Amino acid sequence: MPGPKGPGSFNAFLGWWGRYPVTQFVVFIGLLAIFWIMGSNTIETMHRLGITPGFGFLHQSANFAIGESLIAYAPSDTFARAVLAGLLNTIAIALSGCVLATVLGVSLGIARLSGNFLLAGLVRWYVEVVRNTPLLLQLFFWSAVTHAFPAPRQAINPFGVIYLSNRGISIPSLQLHDIPASAIALSMAIVLTVVCLARLRAGKRTGAIGFLSISFFVLLGVSLVFHLSGAQANIDVPALHGFNITGGLNLTPEFAALLIGLVVNSSATIAEIVRSGIQSVPAGQWESARSLGLQPGKIMRLVILPQALRVIIPLMTSSYLDLTKNSSLAVAIGFPDLVSVLNTTANQSGQVLEALAIIVVSYLTLNLAVSAIMNRYNQRIESRGFSLR
Amino acid sequence: MRIENRRHHTWRTKIAAGVITVATLLSGAAHAGPTLDKIKERGTIKVGVGTSPGFFAPDSNGKWQGFFVEFGRALAITVFNDPDKVEFTSSSPQQRLPALQSGEFDILLSGVTQTVTRAFKLGFHFGPTIFYDGQGLLVNKSLGVTKGSELDGATIGVQSGTTGELNIADFFRKTGHKFTPVTIEDSNEFLKALESGRVDALTQDASDLALRRTLLAKPDDYVLLPERLSKEPLAPAIAAGDDRWLEIVNWTVYATIQAEEFGITKENVDTFLNSEDPAISRFLGTDPSLGQAIGLDPKFAYNIVKTLGNYGEIFDRTIGKGSPVGFERGYNQPWTQGGLLYSPPFR
Ligand SMILES: N[C@@H](CCC(=O)N[C@@H](CS)C(=O)NCC(=O)O)C(=O)O
Repeated sequence: MPGPKGPGSFNAFLGWWGRYPVTQFVVFIGLLAIFWIMGSNTIETMHRLGITPGFGFLHQSANFAIGESLIAYAPSDTFARAVLAGLLNTIAIALSGCVLATVLGVSLGIARLSGNFLLAGLVRWYVEVVRNTPLLLQLFFWSAVTHAFPAPRQAINPFGVIYLSNRGISIPSLQLHDIPASAIALSMAIVLTVVCLARLRAGKRTGAIGFLSISFFVLLGVSLVFHLSGAQANIDVPALHGFNITGGLNLTPEFAALLIGLVVNSSATIAEIVRSGIQSVPAGQWESARSLGLQPGKIMRLVILPQALRVIIPLMTSSYLDLTKNSSLAVAIGFPDLVSVLNTTANQSGQVLEALAIIVVSYLTLNLAVSAIMNRYNQRIESRGFSLR
Repeated sequence: MRIENRRHHTWRTKIAAGVITVATLLSGAAHAGPTLDKIKERGTIKVGVGTSPGFFAPDSNGKWQGFFVEFGRALAITVFNDPDKVEFTSSSPQQRLPALQSGEFDILLSGVTQTVTRAFKLGFHFGPTIFYDGQGLLVNKSLGVTKGSELDGATIGVQSGTTGELNIADFFRKTGHKFTPVTIEDSNEFLKALESGRVDALTQDASDLALRRTLLAKPDDYVLLPERLSKEPLAPAIAAGDDRWLEIVNWTVYATIQAEEFGITKENVDTFLNSEDPAISRFLGTDPSLGQAIGLDPKFAYNIVKTLGNYGEIFDRTIGKGSPVGFERGYNQPWTQGGLLYSPPFR
């Protein structure tokens, strides 16, 4: 292939431009023209329909309510805040979903390879059933399950402080009031110092006991600081009040159904990924490890998994991306995720294209972030000492 | 040929609808041609409906029946003089407006409320109101609630994309009370949320709630509160920008209303053919001048009444006293009898 002939920037440009300059140029102009025509048509159509293109509407009052939100939100707030509430709900589902799906999926994958005939068979069935039914159907199933609990007034009430009903699970929550800024600063300083100290010791292993005792002292220090600063802490215990169980921390049935549905669905895929990853490690590795006298658990942890991870991680990334995208099925079971909020936004404001653009950009950003994190992790795995090749 | 069709919008078709909307906005040309030409070329009218038996539902033979469905048939009579040249498709409140905008439907007869936002910001035109309604609350009797203001702190099911989604937020803002919405798109899941006790109440158009109450396993455990939270004039909706199609819709609806005002029914319509009253001759097309003016079959009003009956007959047969539903006429009576139905003159 003829490379750039000299160091000149013109040659570099030619190199970048490629081998068919005229064709490239024509295609480039053609693309511009298509975008221009589509753009002006869109704006013209929107004007004819009386819609003002643009994102100005985001500052207007949304006027609709959202069932659950990680930030304070009321119908008088703006569309922008509603969208943020939806986005945070999506992130919460995606994050917790990926973590739990990994834990479950990896366990299942290893269980399937365990010598235990019954266990392996059960996992196989689980994987088959989950992978061969539509996700939407599974979500409807979990939704029905979470709705099958008793009404709030007959809630299952273990220990008198936890409520399990068709309104979800309510558990006591810790609430802090009147915290002076100095207390926050001091506690942050404590935590930072400890983290830094731990970093300095990096390389040396801190055993479980060491870790626990460090955590204990940090917790003690922070609590002391808060206590001395006069901050009020109280535990908010959920209680039946009117129609609903109020107070405490509430996990809604919709969130639970969506989370369980996504986790179960992805765990089946992840189990298969883990299985194929482990099986991709040549049998010779097992044999040589065994001849070194390693125990089976250690063989898995020290020899097999590190090599299997190279196969597993890239596939895992795509599972995470799928889970994130699939979370948009939330609409069907009434969880107010990003898509659900933007559907309503589009419907009530008329800014369909803008709403679609926000959806596309948000998912793209989320997925690129997931890919970036996973790629970094992948590089770390790849660069680890031993290699088969 | 009869084309009856029932399709549910899954998320796939939802995405498709979204893409079509975008494509339509991008192409800019989809709505330039008159809808009527498209309909004539296709040979059927595509009507978007909902799924509440009484208003719109397929019978055991798969043939769509109901109050709104009859107006779709009336349109087919106006355009083709054939009540069966119409294709009904159900679609959720969330999806049908974009679907109408993208040209998937020629008209929505799905209980759409006429609002200023939908006219100016979403780009829709509305025909005459065919059912005057208001938003209601369907609650579990065991809660002992008698009015909306007693629902402080309750969890309420709302259907996404409806006016109800906004009205209920307004209502609680006005009363200063709190509520938790559970926003559900699918009408089956919506109903299930009440049945399973996930929500304390459902809110939707009162007529719609009354119809769907009959679908519950134990309808008597639930009560539709008498209070109305809003005005919901349900009207045919079409995409903005086609005046002629709008006029055809307008006068088709008016024909049923005017017939009732004249006292012309399916049974007696033929006896009016020799009427001395020039207004009636014009209406029934014995005097062809009007029909020619609008470029349609001059006898379209006659054909509609002869086939389907007048507004009152359609009402009675599908949702009124002559049906299992048994709705009162309420506001949906001719103005001459104290209702709000009023047809401009056929002249
Ligand atoms: N009138 C309200 C609500 C419209 C609506 O939801 N209509 C009912 C029938 S009256 C319906 O279609 N229900 C949902 C379905 O059938 O899928 C609006 O225009 O937003």
